[in-house]
Amino acid sequence: MMYKIARENLSALFRKIAEQQELYLPVRRAGQVNFGVWSEEAVVDLDTLKSVKSPKDVFFPQSENLYTVQKEGRKLNVCPQDLQEKDFVVFGMRSCDVQGLCVLDRVFLSEPVDTYYAARREHGAIVALACHEPEESCFCKVFGIDCANPGALPETAEGTGAENKKGGADVAAWLIGEELYWKAQTEKGEKLTEALKGILTDTGETEEQQKLAGEKVAREQAAIRAIVEQLPYSHLSLDGWNGAALNEKFNSPLWEELYKPCLACGTCTFVCPTCQCYDIKDYDTGHGVQRYRCWDSCMYSDFTMMAHGNNRTSQMQRFRQRFMHKLVYFPANNDGMYSCVGCGRCVEKCPASLNIVKVIKKFQEEKQKAQAAEMAGGDQL
Amino acid sequence: MPMKDEFKPKIVAFCCNWCSYAGADLAGSSRLTYPADVKIIRVPCSCRVNPMFILRAFEKGADGVILCGCHPGDCHYSTGNYYARRRMTLLFSMLDYLGVENGRTRVEWVSAAEGVKFSQTMNEFVEKIHSLGKNVRLEDLRCRKE
Amino acid sequence: MQEGMKNGCAGAPAVLLERISTLLAEGTVARVLGWKAGDMAYNPEPAYFETQEALKDFVYDGFCGANLSKYMIEASKLEGKTLVCLKPCDTYSFNQLLKEHRVDREKAYIIGVGCGGKLDVEQIRRKGIKGIQSIDGAQLVWEESDPGTELKGIGDDVLTIRTIYGEKTLPYGEALLERCHVCKGKEHRVYDELIGQSRDTKDADRFAQVERIEAMSPEEKFAFFQQELSKCIRCNACRNVCPACSCRKCVFDSNKFDSSQKANADSFEEKMFHIIRAFHVAGRCTDCGECSRVCPQGIPLHLFNRKFIKDINELYGTYQAGENAEDKMPLTSFDFGDAEPGIVGERG
Repeated sequence: MMYKIARENLSALFRKIAEQQELYLPVRRAGQVNFGVWSEEAVVDLDTLKSVKSPKDVFFPQSENLYTVQKEGRKLNVCPQDLQEKDFVVFGMRSCDVQGLCVLDRVFLSEPVDTYYAARREHGAIVALACHEPEESCFCKVFGIDCANPGALPETAEGTGAENKKGGADVAAWLIGEELYWKAQTEKGEKLTEALKGILTDTGETEEQQKLAGEKVAREQAAIRAIVEQLPYSHLSLDGWNGAALNEKFNSPLWEELYKPCLACGTCTFVCPTCQCYDIKDYDTGHGVQRYRCWDSCMYSDFTMMAHGNNRTSQMQRFRQRFMHKLVYFPANNDGMYSCVGCGRCVEKCPASLNIVKVIKKFQEEKQKAQAAEMAGGDQL
Repeated sequence: MPMKDEFKPKIVAFCCNWCSYAGADLAGSSRLTYPADVKIIRVPCSCRVNPMFILRAFEKGADGVILCGCHPGDCHYSTGNYYARRRMTLLFSMLDYLGVENGRTRVEWVSAAEGVKFSQTMNEFVEKIHSLGKNVRLEDLRCRKE
Repeated sequence: MQEGMKNGCAGAPAVLLERISTLLAEGTVARVLGWKAGDMAYNPEPAYFETQEALKDFVYDGFCGANLSKYMIEASKLEGKTLVCLKPCDTYSFNQLLKEHRVDREKAYIIGVGCGGKLDVEQIRRKGIKGIQSIDGAQLVWEESDPGTELKGIGDDVLTIRTIYGEKTLPYGEALLERCHVCKGKEHRVYDELIGQSRDTKDADRFAQVERIEAMSPEEKFAFFQQELSKCIRCNACRNVCPACSCRKCVFDSNKFDSSQKANADSFEEKMFHIIRAFHVAGRCTDCGECSRVCPQGIPLHLFNRKFIKDINELYGTYQAGENAEDKMPLTSFDFGDAEPGIVGERG
């Protein structure tokens, strides 16, 4: 059943959701859009395609407390951190971001399960929004993601989706002109829809009216897909990126050239919806210790630092690690699922204009060159 | 007015070993009083104080930070306090720019003979911090004691 | 004068390309540090070129805005001379690095390239332009006249931006990096030779934004910076791109020091990081604006650096870091009559 709501009534919808649970959505603050908690004062921005930081932050915060040790005299008390217990809603995630969560699920929900993450996943309902105007840095299509159909799991996740029911969004939504169309996808989504029925309006009782609404959404989807076809990165080939290519890719001399402009900052990893590496640190509060974890970046020199030192000693190795992990190691360990979703945030934000697309293209170029040379060699014989 | 939440400011005073620390000593042996809220940290020279020390003090719960050194020209290492003077001027100006009340930081030159000045300065400073109240703008919430 | 378009990039002026090619062929330089065509109109990347053949990817257009001086730290460790293309503002950073013995003048062959203001794709996006397919008008327009001279201002120059959502135009001046609006001048401070002309882009006062903040009440100041800094994701891009941040190991990366380093753990930590970052480059920062350019969250980091510069100018005499490689730096020198720190409160 499809529902709709006028754009001007969205704040009433948000207010209604926020009455019962916490609501996260894209909020503009100091000129930038990031996912944040809704409040009456929050400036909600649903037209900006991508938040700077991906919404993975909501499920896997950049910094989160694991436990606290409190000192009382000579006694030490270990106080575990409370897990997420209340339901919450994330509104306005994009298809790529939703797929990003599927990648994180693979990591955090497989044994040993990360309880902090699992609790948030369990209590969070996702309302995913179709991408009305995809941008040139987007390449979700390459990974089989359909940004016109934000509720669905990507084609590539077939087979993996069935056993992992948490994949996909709970509600799919389309913002078309002055109306938002809303369609529940899961039980959680149905429940949320039920609670909002006073504000969401039926698109119509009759089958005819439902069909009309369906057609409107279908037209929007067709328009989105037509734009996606035109995007410069949409037809990128991932040919040759898989676990079998590990040695060939790892030992390629191209990395030496590719990494050169890299500044070793963590921008790409911190805006990424799938980067899942974290570090665990202690903070001395003066009256105890907080053990917290925070996102780590494979671009940093102290990444995976151990007592004996670091196993990646040069920036080239660190740079290579990021792309090998996304395109080779991860699919090798996860039934071919890439840990890139083509959101294009790193493409937009890299201070040195480096990115995963350039890496993929460079390898392909070299492969074509080699093939051409082989052909030419063959001709001479 | 309930009296139980009376504000007890925490003050950190960085004192150079050669002049101001001796000045504090003199204040003590002369039986001049200054509030016990002032915690003195002895440093070899006022120039030893890294801007980070000041910020760290605030982070861990100080409500005011004061730096005392030899009078300009009297530095044990001849020029240390001149460098400190420039650094602290810029740092204080930056804190003011960020909206931190500018009375929370102070530099005072106190010689080994100025026990009176030391105690006066500290009394004044504590009073000032009293009037400003608790430091919240440069506080690390993790360090707050529930 | 223009080479053909390369992957949508506007190519490089022929005089520059020819000269570079010659210097490389002669063996005067072992490599060129310049720009390689990106795969979009606006994303050329810094790159090394070691052969003439490789130069086919060389570009130099309005989007080549990054400051290459910092790359010269690494290039100074390589065998032979590295040719580097520096804009006028980059040469300040190079001088500063020279002063600090972080680059080797003998290992550098500096071509001072004319600058007509550099473009910022973020500014274009901020105007609501998206789905960019190509951009026309980012080429450098150099005349046959003397290099180093100044041409007329940007005037009516316009960028034509073709997007998936239709063609848009934008005055060149509205797509400039923040730093270009407060340009320090088009004179190169260190170079081996000059190629191309510059044009004036300055149309704002460098300290106007700082003054505006200074005039706020403490509550407003605090709220302003709190908002801006709360966006910080501690990616360290501002630090890593900064030519003045050339420490081998940053204090914030030290494992002997309790810093959250890469975690946005508390609002205090963000403040401390940005105050200390600015403080560590105070008196050395040339105001090249790279920190603000690279910030993924668009935090106006130059406001910190410029505050220090403004204070230094007012309290210790006007000083421009990188103007030459000899001056004493304001924080490693002093005057007997310097102002007391109490002046901060007195100035109000």
